[in-house]
Amino acid sequence: MTKYWRICAAALGLVLSFGAPQSASAEPPLIAAAASLRSVMPVLVGAFQSSGGGTVRPSFGASGTLARQITHGAPFDVFLSADESYVRGLVDSGFGVDRGAVYALGRLVLIAPQTGTVSIEAGLPGLAAAIETKAIDRIAIANPNHAPYGVAAKQALAAVGLWDATRNIRVIGENVAQATQFALSGPKHVGLVAASMIETPALKGMIRFQSIAADLHDPIRHRMLLLDSNASVAVAFYDFMSSNEAAQILKAYGFSAPSGAS
Amino acid sequence: MEWPTFALSLQLAVTTCAVLIVLAIPLGRWLAWNAGPWKGWIEALVALPLVLPPTVLGYYLLVTFGQGTALGQFFSDVLGMPLVFTFEGLLLASVLVNIPFAVQPIQRAFEAIPREVREAGWCSGLSMMRTFRVIELPLAKPGIITALALTFAHTLGEFGVVLMVGGNIPGETRTLSIAIYDRVQSFETGAAGTMALILLVVSFAAIAIVYRQNKSHNDRYV
Repeated sequence: MTKYWRICAAALGLVLSFGAPQSASAEPPLIAAAASLRSVMPVLVGAFQSSGGGTVRPSFGASGTLARQITHGAPFDVFLSADESYVRGLVDSGFGVDRGAVYALGRLVLIAPQTGTVSIEAGLPGLAAAIETKAIDRIAIANPNHAPYGVAAKQALAAVGLWDATRNIRVIGENVAQATQFALSGPKHVGLVAASMIETPALKGMIRFQSIAADLHDPIRHRMLLLDSNASVAVAFYDFMSSNEAAQILKAYGFSAPSGAS
Repeated sequence: MEWPTFALSLQLAVTTCAVLIVLAIPLGRWLAWNAGPWKGWIEALVALPLVLPPTVLGYYLLVTFGQGTALGQFFSDVLGMPLVFTFEGLLLASVLVNIPFAVQPIQRAFEAIPREVREAGWCSGLSMMRTFRVIELPLAKPGIITALALTFAHTLGEFGVVLMVGGNIPGETRTLSIAIYDRVQSFETGAAGTMALILLVVSFAAIAIVYRQNKSHNDRYV
């Protein structure tokens, strides 16, 4: 009889001893980071930390999803988008301390699992025959409705005339990381994802990739926005993202430095 | 293993249970014995979250309590706590989603108590309150424990609503089930596996408690 209540009381005590979640301001700043930054973010955060900047908490998602969360009041301090339109949208709605800055340029790549059977050496136009003969059964892209790399993938497929041909074999990931996961989950799968995804440590030796002509889609300009100028660690991290050190790290993970004025 | 994530999930589950038990006992008892002509409608409303896609509930919570809505402004200005993307918002969503899991077993338990038993209590000079405490509550206990176990396990496993109204904010709204989804996208299969195993064990334990409880109750009274 009383055994149950004792177990309940013990469980309650255990949980309360963890303490209530503290207010967001007392904790490391929250960084809303585009899914394409998943592989590089631990390295960036590590470098920021060892330069004495403090610690930050990244949360990943499609840029459009993150922007929507920010408009709904999500407590993010910095937004690292994978494109410019979502940052512009936020700025127009009164978010951000300024208009933000471009911190990297992204690249789209064609990937296939290492053990897969689809030949991708001929690049995107070379897929037409494989689609025709059903040698490809899935092509994974991120959701063009809210993921910048999905938009770029859609543009690239349209540019080589394969958007309609891939209608029945396209699988849509919520963001570019999920699209990568889908692309690697079958021997006859390919995917159009961010070049940064192939640098994911857990995927070493598991991916084949082929770059895609940059003129097949609009440039993927990663823009960031500082949302809270009172969070000093967040401000420092935002500044760090424009530093040479960050640029070097981003370069090693498949991004290139923004050219000219941001 | 992310211990803060585990702690957050436990905390959400326990708080949800605590809030719902206070609501569900009076509501379940009322539905069992006193509800008038509206009973069918109210029962349907209670059962609604069972059939409603979590995204529908998530959508309504977002448009009702999001920043920029009147209610959302009220909560963040007057009470100082915005409801979306916070633990409090997650708790509200979790309570709503779990109403049927808490109310229905308790209602069934009260329905199973014969009217004569209560009347015997009253005839013996017990007050309404005392009859409730010493007769009804002990008889309804299996239903209450079932309600708690189901609510607890279901809260740990809830995904859709949490993702929509909670986002994926570490230390704030990243629960175990969200963390599994997150780790899989980072290709950290090992970490995802550990957390999945924990959820599997806890869920099985909760269901086992329900069935053992019902069995021992039936052995005694049926």
